[in-house]
Amino acid sequence: MNPFTYRRATTAPEAAAAAALPGHRLLGGGTNLVDLMRKGVEHPETLIDVTGFSQQIELTPGGGLLIGGAVRNSALAAHPQVRRDYPLLSRAVLTGASAQIRNMATVAGNVMQRTRCTYFADPAASRCNKRVPGSGCDAQGGFTRYHAILGGSSACIATHPSDMCVALAALDATLHLLGPDGPRALPLSEFHRLPGDTPHLETELRPGEIITGVELPPPLPAMRSAYRKVRDRASYAFALVSVGACITVENGHFAEIRLAFGGIAHRPWRATRAEAALRSGPATPEAVEAALKLEFAEARPLDGNAFKLPLARRSAAALLAQLIGETA
Amino acid sequence: MSRVQNTLIESVRKVVGWVPERWLPGGTPDPLIGRHGAVGTQLAQLDGPQKVRGAARFAAEVPLEGLCYAALVNSPVTRGRITRLDTAAAEAAPGVLLVLTYRNMPRLGLVPLMGVTNLGAVGNSALPILQDDQIRYNGQVMALVLAETQQQADHAARLIDLSVDTAPALSDFQAAKPEARTPASILVERNEQSAGDAEAALRQAAFSTDATYTTPGHNHAAIELHGVTAHWTGNRLVLHDATQAVAPTAAALAKLFGLRREDVRVLSPFVGGGFGAKGFWDHQVLAVAAARMVDRPVRLMLSREAVFRMVGGRSPTEQRVAIGADAEGRFTALIHTGYSVMPPYSASPEQYTLGTRSLYRAQSYRFGQKHLDLDIVPNTFMRAPGESVGSFAVESAVDELAHAMDIDPVELRLRNEPETHPLTGTPFSQRALATAWRQGADRFGWDARSTMPRARRDGEWLLGMGCAAGNFPYVRMPSGALRIRLTRDGQATLSTSAQDMGMGTATVQTQHAADRLGLPLDAITFEMGDSDLPAAPVAGGSSQTVSIAAAIAAAASKLTVELLRLAGNASPLAGLRAGEVRLAEGGLVCIEDPTRRETYGDILTRAGRDEISVTETGAPPLEIFKYAMLSHSANFCEVRVSDVTGELRVTRLLGVFDVGTILNPRMAVSQLRGGMIMGLGMALSEEVLFDERSGRIMNPGLADYHIPAHLDVPEIDVTWTGIPDPRSPLGARGIGEIGITGVAAAIANAVFNATGKRLRDLPLTLDRLIGAEGA
Repeated sequence: MNPFTYRRATTAPEAAAAAALPGHRLLGGGTNLVDLMRKGVEHPETLIDVTGFSQQIELTPGGGLLIGGAVRNSALAAHPQVRRDYPLLSRAVLTGASAQIRNMATVAGNVMQRTRCTYFADPAASRCNKRVPGSGCDAQGGFTRYHAILGGSSACIATHPSDMCVALAALDATLHLLGPDGPRALPLSEFHRLPGDTPHLETELRPGEIITGVELPPPLPAMRSAYRKVRDRASYAFALVSVGACITVENGHFAEIRLAFGGIAHRPWRATRAEAALRSGPATPEAVEAALKLEFAEARPLDGNAFKLPLARRSAAALLAQLIGETA
Repeated sequence: MSRVQNTLIESVRKVVGWVPERWLPGGTPDPLIGRHGAVGTQLAQLDGPQKVRGAARFAAEVPLEGLCYAALVNSPVTRGRITRLDTAAAEAAPGVLLVLTYRNMPRLGLVPLMGVTNLGAVGNSALPILQDDQIRYNGQVMALVLAETQQQADHAARLIDLSVDTAPALSDFQAAKPEARTPASILVERNEQSAGDAEAALRQAAFSTDATYTTPGHNHAAIELHGVTAHWTGNRLVLHDATQAVAPTAAALAKLFGLRREDVRVLSPFVGGGFGAKGFWDHQVLAVAAARMVDRPVRLMLSREAVFRMVGGRSPTEQRVAIGADAEGRFTALIHTGYSVMPPYSASPEQYTLGTRSLYRAQSYRFGQKHLDLDIVPNTFMRAPGESVGSFAVESAVDELAHAMDIDPVELRLRNEPETHPLTGTPFSQRALATAWRQGADRFGWDARSTMPRARRDGEWLLGMGCAAGNFPYVRMPSGALRIRLTRDGQATLSTSAQDMGMGTATVQTQHAADRLGLPLDAITFEMGDSDLPAAPVAGGSSQTVSIAAAIAAAASKLTVELLRLAGNASPLAGLRAGEVRLAEGGLVCIEDPTRRETYGDILTRAGRDEISVTETGAPPLEIFKYAMLSHSANFCEVRVSDVTGELRVTRLLGVFDVGTILNPRMAVSQLRGGMIMGLGMALSEEVLFDERSGRIMNPGLADYHIPAHLDVPEIDVTWTGIPDPRSPLGARGIGEIGITGVAAAIANAVFNATGKRLRDLPLTLDRLIGAEGA
């Protein structure tokens, strides 16, 4: 690890100002960034600790919830209102990492975490366009079980590893950002970018911007939601595929449906095509199957992860069938 | 060498076969067998409180004045020659004391490889350590940086600028097969063995199975990382090490650095898990050399990544198992062959066919292993090397045959139980696998199993049951020495250099010594983990318990003779010979007339002595040539497999073990269960991701190398037959490795029973269950 300077920011504007400086990186729980520093992937000169503010979970005037960026993952999962009104978020967070890591990791840090692509994490020997733009991608043709089947490019097939973000995407969450031009808001599902030719640009965060919080819209009446994470090891493993869904059903038809996937793309994948196909339509297995087929029509599985295509479709179908059953 | 060895071993076996039983160790059963003394009680691990309080000091925790810290640079390429090695920036970095490369490393010889023909040797790698500019495998050490703090050393190591002229490397398993080597022997066994024409018998068999099974590389993943603290005082070296081979390590270092053996002391009182990995690797040599160059104590603790890169693991295997059977299910042919990786500079042949050779009776056989030469960190022994992965193949095959014949898999196994060793005809010293099967089937509720796959379901989850046998040979090492010191106050101290990796060696041998010497437990002190003590061999092959037990028995016999000599004519024991007394109740007692007795204290007092000390070595382990001595297990398992996702969860495991006398039930359960959990990991998720394009391991850490998490481990039921082995010390056989064997096959067989899908490749991950089509 390189020598670095450690500073604490006490306010969001102070942190945002520091984030604009060269060589500066924001430090939440450090559960990802510090690992990457040890591996030689990240080399910040200064770490700005941002865990000293934005620690609250508050009701919004509209009946939603505003979650501070520095709220610990374990506090989020245990929050009574989250557990009652947004159970899939609590569930998703609890399926991630370990208890110790969740105690450290922050909400903003979770959103900002980087891919677990093992070639990305091996600067000594592997090529990676994220680390060194234009250098090549050794994941192509390598071990790709954890890699993308949707939205990848020849430059990068990495996935975003978060569970929390999949639930947030399904909940239509909005990120609150603060930067040199003041605050702005952005839907979470538009925050992470697809790799394209610039996989090193992972989010829409502008220089000098920080995430101050995540806002959840008020829960829909009679909403059913669930999160399912699929992996070989029963705990403490990233998702091969995960699915989060919120639905409301009226008279056998989807009044609302929001569906998101994890483990299959460079960002938490909001299944907008499937949603559009299903919304207002009959809540039947046949309709779900057809919509999922449509959603994955452009999937480009690799030799090492072709199983993820049926896995994602089957997991989503089973999850939606379960939720439809609960509404009956 | 191997051919000579085959002849030698087979001659010994033949000669020992002629020798009358009573002349051999174990010929007369150990009198302690069946005695209900301290052995067999649930004594808690004696060092437990120290470990719980954090007071047990491990090798990388020893505080020393002036300690400095080492970091390593591992090669990012697999083959090549260093063309540039610029250390200037590292040397100029804050706190740096030394940068060690092939240019300034002392010229050292090679470390002899451990092996059955050289039991004193301890090397896991025959490659030179920082002696030239050649890179021979990915992860090989290129440089060591020494600094005042660990952080300074780690940072400076990153500043070393390395350029390599890369050369083509051998890293493709399949591509290496045409060049495979066929060794003459595998450990002490002739490699290729056959009886009858097994291939013809297979073709003519009424029922048969013939399939290929693969297992990936595995990593030991011991919780304690490899670490040493090396300290020179003049020409004397002290190494605090985490090792399974205390005395052999001291001997190897003395030879390598040109020192007298008595000037090298290796201390290893605690080891945080070994499983075969805590042997002699490059890091000990590097730390010792660096400490000498800066004349300060050096700490070198490998990172988890470095353990993956420079301490070898279990080789991958590709195995063929074919079985032919007649209409009654009697095996007419049994074939087990295959490939594993073993470069010429490695010591471990991954003996996956050896267990099969004694497991079943068959009318014809063919066994043989081939070695592939890849450019890898030398593979090494890992818990039940061979049997762990071999049992997956053969026990899957038996299940396949049972299904094809519509015979219960337990019943099929019982029909093929051998009465004597199938290849040699040697009698088994004790074998109650059939008992274990019956006991286990009953305890597990095996009759609830459906014979048809996919017949039991709970919602989306398919339920299935499976079973598999495991076996592991009895090994007792020659030449383990031990000292007993008895003092006038009736206290005994037993001393041997042997090592305790957490399995409770000191505890069970304290129990044993109490019974052997006729003393209460609190009168016994057991010292170990120090090469200044009488030399014990490496702890491997589950041999240590019986090896030390034999040494204690031998030392106790010698002590008896010495005590009778000291007792003299004034003693009630006067005139008695060693064979006429036993050690009991704190002294010597005449067997014929128990009123003739005297305590150790009284004998020593009359002789004017404060203490008596004897050192003795266990009798040569000739019993292993006279008898076929093996432990066995019957494993039962229940699984749930999601019909939606292919996720596999093990819900129940039972192991019934036929392992001789259980010396301490509490610790035995723990060790056997630990082995089964490692078997569970092998079945479910453990896999070294070796990128064959580059020869590099791509998951060198526990985030990506998946050992079981708590949620993967169901309640594990462990029980045993409890039948002593009449030919071994205490009637015991080692239990360190048998636990892992058979578990993966039992799980794979249960998966077949649940889903109808036969998985022949480990690990049993969900992609293999749902496939690319999601069928």
